[in-house]
Amino acid sequence: MPFLTNRKTQPTYDVIVVGSGAAGGQTAYTLTMAGAKVLMVEAGRNYDPVKETPMFQTDAQAPLRAAGTPDKDLGFYDSTVDGGWNVPGEPFTNASSDPKRQFTWWRARMLGGRTNHWGRISLRNGPYDFKGYSRDGLGFDWPISYDDVAPYYDKVEMLVGIYGNNDGLENTPNSSPGVLLPPPAMRAGELLARQRAKGLGIPVISAHRAVLSVKQDADNIPAKLHPGNPRAQRILAEAMRSRAACFWATDCGRGCSIKANYQSPTVHLPPALATGNLDILTDAMVREVTLDENGKATGIVYVDRFTGEERRVSARVVVLAASSCETVRILLNSKSPRFPNGVANSSGTVGKYIMDTVATSLSGQIPALENLPPTHDDGAGGIHVYVPWWLYGEQHAGKLDFARGYHLEFSTGRRMPNLGTASGLEWLTGGSFGRAFKEDARRYYGSFISFGGRGDMVPNEDCFCELDPTVKDKWGIPVLRFHWKWSDQELRQVAHQQKSIAAIIESMGGKVRTPPAADPSTVIRPGGNVKHEVGGARMGSDPKKSVTNAFGQTWDVKNLFLTDAAPFCSNADKNPTLTIMALAWRASDYLLEELRRGNL
Amino acid sequence: MDRRTAITWMLTAVAAAAVLERDALAAEPAKSPAAKGYGPDPDLLKDYKPGDLWPLTLTAEQRITTAALCDVIIPADAKSPSASAVGVPDFIDEWISAPYPGHDRDRTIILTGLAWLEAESQRRFQGDFSNLVLRQKNAICEDICYLPKAKAEFKSAAEFFKKFRDLTAGGFYTTPAGMKDLGYIGNVPIATFAGPSPEVLQRLGLA
Repeated sequence: MPFLTNRKTQPTYDVIVVGSGAAGGQTAYTLTMAGAKVLMVEAGRNYDPVKETPMFQTDAQAPLRAAGTPDKDLGFYDSTVDGGWNVPGEPFTNASSDPKRQFTWWRARMLGGRTNHWGRISLRNGPYDFKGYSRDGLGFDWPISYDDVAPYYDKVEMLVGIYGNNDGLENTPNSSPGVLLPPPAMRAGELLARQRAKGLGIPVISAHRAVLSVKQDADNIPAKLHPGNPRAQRILAEAMRSRAACFWATDCGRGCSIKANYQSPTVHLPPALATGNLDILTDAMVREVTLDENGKATGIVYVDRFTGEERRVSARVVVLAASSCETVRILLNSKSPRFPNGVANSSGTVGKYIMDTVATSLSGQIPALENLPPTHDDGAGGIHVYVPWWLYGEQHAGKLDFARGYHLEFSTGRRMPNLGTASGLEWLTGGSFGRAFKEDARRYYGSFISFGGRGDMVPNEDCFCELDPTVKDKWGIPVLRFHWKWSDQELRQVAHQQKSIAAIIESMGGKVRTPPAADPSTVIRPGGNVKHEVGGARMGSDPKKSVTNAFGQTWDVKNLFLTDAAPFCSNADKNPTLTIMALAWRASDYLLEELRRGNL
Repeated sequence: MDRRTAITWMLTAVAAAAVLERDALAAEPAKSPAAKGYGPDPDLLKDYKPGDLWPLTLTAEQRITTAALCDVIIPADAKSPSASAVGVPDFIDEWISAPYPGHDRDRTIILTGLAWLEAESQRRFQGDFSNLVLRQKNAICEDICYLPKAKAEFKSAAEFFKKFRDLTAGGFYTTPAGMKDLGYIGNVPIATFAGPSPEVLQRLGLA
């Protein structure tokens, strides 16, 4: 079973998985390795990172020195295909015309979705992150605890390969011994930040990222991940051996032709395809889940992007893993007499409590980093260190005016020069030009540090999406309309982020580019802008108030599962991808067991 | 430059100066010729040159001024060549000719600014900017090189200079010569990532 370039699907499957990113990839991997026959349906085109990644291209080889444009929002070499803030012919709408009340929605229409370009930052949620309501009375508890997910974090980390340290800090869990790959050495600016921030009581520790700092242990990991399944072990060992370790050059956002970082098309899909149990249908836009007269899911309807034709496929189980908001859209568009407001929506909460990451940026210039000798700073194509949230105690004691924490990510170093490297230097140079400017460019290159805050958002009633009553996409499918409003919780947190960042920059002897903003609403990044949108079909223990159970199985339709971030009950400061994969694996194990028992 | 061209230049420059005084940012953007972008799924492995995707639009005269100003900002020195020697004027032309939002605005700023620069050269030194001696070129640039300190009559020209310097620097330091000048040594595979050298650690007080 392969890529269905002839567009001919099998008469039926065990499971249809909608989406091919972190959730779809993990779900299809777990199911096919266990022998289930799976059809993966992807809205975008096929994509092969081995052949298509621009590994060593420089900005001078790209149009406009690789600057972002509406065709490639994050720059020419960002791996996103046919996507971005706007997808041609596939709009979404906002209920409010006020920019502060609007949601921005990043989509990728390609095999592997956003796993191709993501930052590879792979932090575990901690115990508090699953029990927010119990801890501070805000938001919701998950129906699961950290201990339920911990074994799956270990498995995913071993499968995809995560570098990092076990630092044993509060609510920043360790992995099991032997799971993590060694973290890369810290860059000069990272070491300086660590030394100086320590004086402020702020920790700087190794980041966890999905990059192979060394090759994976293909001799031992497969048996740990697939005990009693020699075929799966063999397939995985071969897949692991085909991945190279990082060679410390090029940015991960381009993707990776040597498969050193995690992206679904190089890590999840090759072994899944090698089982012979996976068909992949690309360029197929899923419109709805179909039901029989008993309310069981029978399959899906999709629009073939080549012909515009509507087609059906059937399966015993349907899994939506289309990214949280797209999954919500499919649920809401699956209307029937039994479910007039969309399938699995008897609670009326589908589309509610969507969240993003609370974020702001601040940068500065560090004189100590000026004129350093040439140094290799490309590193692992992303961050090597970060600042985990360090004020759990103060926050819990009521000493802060916001309830949830954040971490800081930052970049420094003598990275590949780009369009911005020597621009906007006047605040330091007083406007030099000529030979003096060339000296200034040399002096300041590599002396900047840029921070981003990444914080936990409390879910609220004002952040939701629904079907737009009139607007449809080019396939005739109703689109989402968003509602958004940050609460004071997020605005106060952002004010704190800015002050902390400024304090770290100043502790390094640096100058901030712009002082912390007096009004945090002017510097908080818009809803959706961090592309960490989660929620919209939350899991719970009460079918009247939630959409799925603790395994992503919808309460209303027992053979319909959601394995992306739609069931998230909170959005910890930790980047969501690792948790998406861990929960997708856990849901898939449960799904397989229920199939075996004949319960689906 | 013949007399007819010179008169045209002067008229353009006078008109441009008037626009600058009104505020270049509020001016109606000069439309670039209809052209299409590269779309949401371009070939990322191809080597692109300015002009491959949309036509370049600077006139021959504008190109001469552009190259001259590029080299006032980034002249050749012992470490690296000048900006014009590594094709930066082509990049600036590509930039202001691009069919994307924001580029129209930059086009207005740059074209209006180039016209102002020629007019100012004629006014102060009775010559084309490119033919002035470095001391004369510098004298004009000194007045417009730093927006916060520019006199009121030079504010708009200083906005132009800021944009032009950013584009020149961006164009230059992304070339192999520019990267070498800065001492960038990455973008090549290496076997191990060792972190900073003992010398760097010592300099930072981290040894």
